Amino acid sequence: MQLAARIHELTKDYVLKGETVRALRGISLEIPDGDYVAIMGPSGSGKSTLLNLIGCLDRPTSGCLQLGDDDVSSMNDGQLSRIRASRIGFVFQSYNLIPQLNVLENIEVPLYYRGRITRLERSRCRELADLVGLSDRLKHRPQQLSGGQQQRVAIARSLANDPCFILADEPTGNLDTGTTKDILDLLDDFHRAGKTMIIVTHEKEVATRARRIIRLRDGRIDESLVQ
Amino acid sequence: MLWLHTWLIGIKSVLLHPLRSLLTVLGIFIGVASVIWLLAIGAGISQKAQEQIEGLGADNIIVRSVKPAKAPDGSTSFILPYGLLRADYDILVETIPTIRGALPIREMRREVRYGQRELLARVVGCTPEYAAITQLEIDRGHFISDAELQLEKNHCVLASNVVDTLFPYKDPIGRRIYLPEAQDYYKIVGILKYRAPTAAIGGSLAAQDFSQDVYIPITTLRRRLGDTVVVRRGGSREGETVELNQITLQIDGIENVMKTADLVQQTLDRRHSKLEDVVVIVPKELLEQAETTRIMFMVFMGVIAGISLLVGGIGIMNIMLATVMERTREIGVRRALGATRSDIVLQFLIETTVLSVAGGLVGILGGAVCPYAVSGLRNILTSYASDLVSTLPQLVQEVTPILHPTYFALAFLISVVVGILFGVYPAIRAAHMDPIEALRHG
Ligand SMILES: Nc1ncnc2c1ncn2[C@@H]1O[C@H](COP(=O)(O)OP(=O)(O)O)[C@@H](O)[C@H]1O
Ligand SMILES: [Mg+2]
Repeated sequence: MQLAARIHELTKDYVLKGETVRALRGISLEIPDGDYVAIMGPSGSGKSTLLNLIGCLDRPTSGCLQLGDDDVSSMNDGQLSRIRASRIGFVFQSYNLIPQLNVLENIEVPLYYRGRITRLERSRCRELADLVGLSDRLKHRPQQLSGGQQQRVAIARSLANDPCFILADEPTGNLDTGTTKDILDLLDDFHRAGKTMIIVTHEKEVATRARRIIRLRDGRIDESLVQ
Repeated sequence: MLWLHTWLIGIKSVLLHPLRSLLTVLGIFIGVASVIWLLAIGAGISQKAQEQIEGLGADNIIVRSVKPAKAPDGSTSFILPYGLLRADYDILVETIPTIRGALPIREMRREVRYGQRELLARVVGCTPEYAAITQLEIDRGHFISDAELQLEKNHCVLASNVVDTLFPYKDPIGRRIYLPEAQDYYKIVGILKYRAPTAAIGGSLAAQDFSQDVYIPITTLRRRLGDTVVVRRGGSREGETVELNQITLQIDGIENVMKTADLVQQTLDRRHSKLEDVVVIVPKELLEQAETTRIMFMVFMGVIAGISLLVGGIGIMNIMLATVMERTREIGVRRALGATRSDIVLQFLIETTVLSVAGGLVGILGGAVCPYAVSGLRNILTSYASDLVSTLPQLVQEVTPILHPTYFALAFLISVVVGILFGVYPAIRAAHMDPIEALRHG
């Protein structure tokens, strides 16, 4: 099977006022194409750090990180930006929509960092808005939407550049149970459509949707569980 | 990254923060408008100052006859002919195009009488233009007119001291003074206001005392008094023949004075090669003063303009820094979605450009109203606070701002450049933020 990501002996140290925090202490992991992975673990165990490394938002201290055929662990800032623009879709806990843009414009943002934009891509963004159930809200500003609706916009946005990965860091952390279920259903839909999902969560109900659960503790994989 | 999109987003972000954008635009507006105002007012004052210096004779070249140290060899006559000829006058006026006007002058010491009173006056034969160029002010009557010049009238205009001496109790207008040497009467047609003796004003650069003057048409002087003056000295007689004592040449611009002076000198050198009997006097000090004044104004305006633009620029930088802080999270989000550092720099640069251009355009409007605002302000001040206005220097009271298209272009260009330069730093700071840190930002 084709590998979406291959992670080998990955470490990440943060140096804060002369003190080194070892956030990741050697993670090795292989994620097949189209997988659905939940990363769990106590607060401070390195979940977000790992997700950000996979998402090319940061560079590892040592170890190897391969996305598809590309070794991203040695790439520079510009190259990482390009990888993010073409292959990664992020979903954040606090939605992180751009307040001055309306729903449709927010969904379109990733397109603009890929150099060109086609009519087809534009209409796909409308379709995505439709898929997340917000086709009647295209001209609304984020402040005019509920939390769940904002997260739907964020999910649509993460799909705009047709990425391989959807990386979600506690996407339901700010939502109530009902809305959580809607959002997870939505993510399931896109997983079924072929996206590789990596979702950080500390909620059992969320993790049960995944094919595989990875538990971190002190920057190491504590347990890897295939459901 | 798409250009149109970036510009639209830029304009949109600007419009989405109306107050903040307004403040930035205001900063640039003040910068641009004040630069235009300063340039316009400075140009106005500078022109006035130049005019004043011109009024002192900076655009005049004076050619004078001087008595040569020794008579030419072989001369046997006791009468020495020397100096400027009427033919010199004609040649200069006809051959040199930068000469705007020329004033022939013949002056001689003569005794003048009225009844029992008498005075050794300086009789000046001149043309009607003499009064304006020498800045003589008529008290009553009129100065020598063209008709009087043409008709070689026995008319004269008296300086105030002559009036005081000869007519302590009577009105001189219409009466006649007597010149005993010529045995001739002259009717008084005008009298002048008192004029303090001055150095370097008007027709001559030498210090002049105008108070003993009697002005008559130069044509009359030639016919009635002639060119030759003979004086008895001891037992012998001594004399000289002079056609003109002085020609004052008015040049068509301060910048042409030196060039024209060279031409005049060459022409006269050719015609007066035998005797050194003419000098060409250039108002060097006045020219230097005019140049110094001009440079001083330019430096002054440059400094002020620089300061106001710096202030405007710092205003922009502050606002852009605040914007970057406020939008840190947006920067993080855009980075996470694939924006490169240069995408972020570009985005913020476009925003500052939009703001600076908007400010610049409004500033141009603000600058364009300068002349109206200045005259309006002057009207208001003179009607409500005339005391205050009268204490201001003449130059300030009368200044009319001069607008020139280059001022607009300059102010606009500089403001936009300053805006962009001061916008670059916050933009680069924004781009180099760690995206994860930025995402975590409040
Ligand atoms: N930018 C940073 N500077 C210093 N320490 C950091 C930074 N980011 C994360 N850490 C530390 O790394 C460890 C893992 O953090 P994180 O991955 O955010 O944990 P989690 O998401 O599992 O709660 C924590 O001890 C955290 O304090
Ligand atoms: Mg976390």
